Amino acid sequence: MNIDIILLVLMTLAALWTVMGRSLLKATIGLAVTSAIITILMFRLDSPMAAVFELSVCTGLMTVIFVSTISLTKPLTHKEVVALSKARMKRFWYLPLILILLGAGLSLIKLPNYFAETVISGIPQDMRQVLWNSRQLDIFGQIIIIIAGALGVVILFEERRKDEW
Amino acid sequence: MSGESWNLFLMFGFFVVILLAAGLYCILITRNLLRAVIGIELLVKAATLLLIIIGYVTGKTALTQSFVITIIVIEVVLAAIAGGIALRVYRHNNTLDTHLLRRLRG
Repeated sequence: MNIDIILLVLMTLAALWTVMGRSLLKATIGLAVTSAIITILMFRLDSPMAAVFELSVCTGLMTVIFVSTISLTKPLTHKEVVALSKARMKRFWYLPLILILLGAGLSLIKLPNYFAETVISGIPQDMRQVLWNSRQLDIFGQIIIIIAGALGVVILFEERRKDEW
Repeated sequence: MSGESWNLFLMFGFFVVILLAAGLYCILITRNLLRAVIGIELLVKAATLLLIIIGYVTGKTALTQSFVITIIVIEVVLAAIAGGIALRVYRHNNTLDTHLLRRLRG
């Protein structure tokens, strides 16, 4: 329980670093760190298969995608970044205030224990059985999405010839 | 569900809400296309964590893991396509600032 709290606090700090940081590359690294901490939480919550996917795909592959995209674009200068950051802080100063008020309001509401009467029966305990026997349509959907994604990446990332510009 | 599980769910729920808020804040304040995609990724991560904790407290981790794997596949394809679109936008307009993209304005 204590380790969970420490991990959750670290995850929140990494997420806030991702959001508040000025550099896009640092934001990408922050997202990867958030993802890695979520992986540890998944392992601790008896979900090892999902954790492996999260670690390999979200922490690894997605960081590669973001870094390659950032490397292909020209970053803003430090002066521009600071000016933009100050301008948006000025424009959206009330958003954290709304969040704090909303959090305080929600904490006053006593949530009923809805899960107490939830009974789902007939679901296998092995994830592979669920995925291959009960949720075959999800697999087909995933295959279609991956093919569509691969085609999209090939088309969108291809270098155009100079005479086409 | 036992009281301990409910408390665990509430504790994780609190941090999931913070993660959701961070993602929404990122999308709302940014003018950079790539940073908006990062905000969406944070939102998806919050949803993933919520599914995992619900699976743990209800004892249905197998079902929630299959959902999470589907979400992760969709998430990575979304990141790849969004990155490609951002790159195309940059090549056409020489900027990723959404306020300066006026070509599609009706």
